[in-house]
Amino acid sequence: MTRKIFFVLNGISVHVETDPARRALDVLREDMGLTGTKEGCGRGECGGCSILVDGEVKLSCIMTAAQLEGKDIVTIEGVCGEGDLHPVQRSFIERGAVQCGFCTPGMVISSVAFLNANPSPAREEIREALSGNLCRCTGYQKIVDAVEDAAKKMHGGGRDG
Amino acid sequence: MKDEVRQFPGGPRLDALSKVTGREKYAADYYSGKFLWAGAKRALVPHARLASVHAEDALSLPGVVRVLTYRDIAGSNRTGIARNDQPVIADEKVRHAGDAVALVLAESREILRAALGRVSFDHEPLPGVFDAEDALKEGAPRVHEDNEKGNLLRAVTVRKGDAERALDESDVVVEGAFETSRQEHAYLETEAGWAFVDERGVLTVVASTQTPYRDRSEIARALGLDMEKVRVVAPYLGGAFGGKDGINVQCLLGLAALHSDGVPVKMWWDRTESFLAGMKRLPARMYYRLGAKMDGTFHGLSCRIYFDAGAYATLGGEVMAMGAEHAASVYRIANVSIDGYCSYTNNPIGGPFRGFGVPQVTFAMEQAVDMMAERLCMDPLEIRRRNVIRRGEKNCLGVELKYSTGIGECIERLMEHPFWKERQAWKSAAPKWKKRGIGMGCMGHAVGYPSLIPDQANTRLDLRSDGTICLYSGLPDLGQGNASTYLRIAAAILGQDPEAMELVQPDTDHDLPSGTSSASRTTYTFGNAVINAAQALRDVILGRAGTILDISDPGRAVLLPGKVRDEASGREVSLTVIARFLNDEERTQKGYFRAPYDESTIGIFYLGAHLLFSYGAHLARVEVDTVTGGIDVIDYVAVTDAGTVIDPVVYDQQVHGSVAQGIGLALTEDYLVSDGRHDTTGLSTYIIPTSMDLPDITSVPVETFEETGPFGMKGIGEVVISGCLPAISNAFHDACGMRITKSPLTPERVLSALARKGEVGK
Ligand code: FES
Ligand code: FES
Repeated sequence: MTRKIFFVLNGISVHVETDPARRALDVLREDMGLTGTKEGCGRGECGGCSILVDGEVKLSCIMTAAQLEGKDIVTIEGVCGEGDLHPVQRSFIERGAVQCGFCTPGMVISSVAFLNANPSPAREEIREALSGNLCRCTGYQKIVDAVEDAAKKMHGGGRDG
Repeated sequence: MKDEVRQFPGGPRLDALSKVTGREKYAADYYSGKFLWAGAKRALVPHARLASVHAEDALSLPGVVRVLTYRDIAGSNRTGIARNDQPVIADEKVRHAGDAVALVLAESREILRAALGRVSFDHEPLPGVFDAEDALKEGAPRVHEDNEKGNLLRAVTVRKGDAERALDESDVVVEGAFETSRQEHAYLETEAGWAFVDERGVLTVVASTQTPYRDRSEIARALGLDMEKVRVVAPYLGGAFGGKDGINVQCLLGLAALHSDGVPVKMWWDRTESFLAGMKRLPARMYYRLGAKMDGTFHGLSCRIYFDAGAYATLGGEVMAMGAEHAASVYRIANVSIDGYCSYTNNPIGGPFRGFGVPQVTFAMEQAVDMMAERLCMDPLEIRRRNVIRRGEKNCLGVELKYSTGIGECIERLMEHPFWKERQAWKSAAPKWKKRGIGMGCMGHAVGYPSLIPDQANTRLDLRSDGTICLYSGLPDLGQGNASTYLRIAAAILGQDPEAMELVQPDTDHDLPSGTSSASRTTYTFGNAVINAAQALRDVILGRAGTILDISDPGRAVLLPGKVRDEASGREVSLTVIARFLNDEERTQKGYFRAPYDESTIGIFYLGAHLLFSYGAHLARVEVDTVTGGIDVIDYVAVTDAGTVIDPVVYDQQVHGSVAQGIGLALTEDYLVSDGRHDTTGLSTYIIPTSMDLPDITSVPVETFEETGPFGMKGIGEVVISGCLPAISNAFHDACGMRITKSPLTPERVLSALARKGEVGK
């Protein structure tokens, strides 16, 4: 049984016709061709599939297609503005926060939402905010550096300690 | 070459942009057009004789295209590196719970899942063997009936001097039995790939693999194809750490594509399947005896080590041998006796994992060293400094260390570190219910293959007719950034902007066999090949530019981004013009390198000895909670000798990532299996460090200059991980005055150790 589901994807109104019980992650990757959103576990344990739903971080692997209905969805492909990289993306590049890169889209999404809510976080707050996003490569240190740096870029923020 | 280090262009990793925007295409990111999903039915029983597989129920489901079994395989149905012992699909027997018994092709992922649930099979359960030492006993159930040595996969011995006599002569002998856990790689990208038969009839497999060239021959042999009919392509990997050093999806995918009527096939293991069927770090049990003279000089070492390979060989025997080769850690010991055994069991498959056997033995040896320091009332760093091996001396195999050897300096750096000097003050400031301790671990790690296995690389640099320069990689980038580093190496020599150059990922069609992306060799070995190709291309470009610009003294021409300039006249010619004046052959330059080896060591040890090593010395400051049993790593200092640091960011990425995995190994990571059945199924039961669990890590490079390495560097990918387990274990001992000899140091183990001494809540 398929159904038409309407939502806004990276600023553009779209619809898909699909089984509403399918995972949102699969709809984005397979039907919409947006493979930047990654699957690391498929059950809400790694943060690899993070997307923004009405500005909040959600795990698309435990979301159904039906839950996309009427929502404003941003994936990693939609994080940058008019061709420009988001400051978080720039900081990830400049601060060496990317190794294999498989956790990176989810990390960037989580960091963007976090910095919107907390423009000048302490290092410990950043560590806490990203604790739902697993990374097996970096030891997180340069990711935390990058988020601190992005806070400065965005708001002149970022506290010591 | 020493001068050229300064020209090494810095800047962000060249692969970061495509990854941070989500544009990079990994092996799991192929979906185009009509395709089928392939998935394996897993046995879930550890040891059984296989009777028949029932596919009818699955085939009756709409959208199920095929159910394949071993009968559909035309080739040997066997893969393996040291031994061809692993079936693509189980035939007569199941040897571990993750064995595949059937392969299903379906039109969607959802249908595939449903179909896998409907495949069943008849089997007769067999008694299993689940312990590496038990496996070697008389009468143990046999995992491979055709293995002449029962369940013994590989044994090695080292005899140098007379260890037994030396232990008798020693003033103090310490001994201990040590055990390490089965560690899961837990790369974020699970095993994945895409396969199709192309218009030439060539089976093409795009996979997340460390070993495209070796995969090609394994696929061909197992599926009964000519090598020329198989092509393997390796895009960027989402992490591997050794766990993709060998076949996982490749043969199943290939088999599926041979039966899909020309439609491409996709396979992507979910986390549960990745845990079930993927390789793990081999658990080890190690019995150590170390003897020293009163002045602290190590006199004799005797050890027996047992590694559990699980059901198939992969490189388990080689992992154990590497462990044996590093069993004495970084010390000069005149009398050494090492017996290493690697056994088959019905446990999950063991295989390469960053460190390749060294973290296990270092855990044992570095604790024995601390035990010795304690017995002799010596400073633990001083006893290490006194015994540490220096360049020109012989290691535990009796091999002379002819290359850069900076471990002595690493230890000296730690001795000067404020954390070490101020240790008493820091310890006595422990908060209530907590005990503080400081520990260290030293380690070495061989770079490249042992002497018998040619450690070589081939690359190619093209100056295209449009003036761009293109580099062909032979070694996949698992995430460590070697692809970016290759471009920078070539750019440094060719005077180019690395961002304007292009890198082509490994593809067996390019015929640039370069071994595997492993063994801390990807930059060392391949980087040297890149240097050779770049120098050849530079000579060709400068030679032709000299003619075009009519320069008599070739030294006057310099390569600049996109052009060559005559320094004397100021006249320039672009690479596009130069390219037009070169024929195809001249525009393509190959580079080859073979790492140093010593044939005379082949007789003394399995596969011969390694000659070149990276080193490190670690210090951990930990706080033990005597109420919860939790250990917090408060500070971590990693001193590393991996030669010259050519790219500080990439260097520290390796240090941080290794320490993170090492802390995980020390504190939480233990893949639990009971009688061959997996008790660990996902990332909520297998705990890897989160951003909250790690301290900021201080990385201190000791920059020796390695004459044989690209710009003086040597491998950094693995050495660092081996220091963590001993540093943290020794720090625990320093805090609590007791030893835990079985890793990881979980709260349960900490509490029961504390309870034995009545120290809970103190
Ligand atoms: S894939 Fe969704 S949380 Fe891991
Ligand atoms: S960079 Fe590899 S998982 Fe984070």
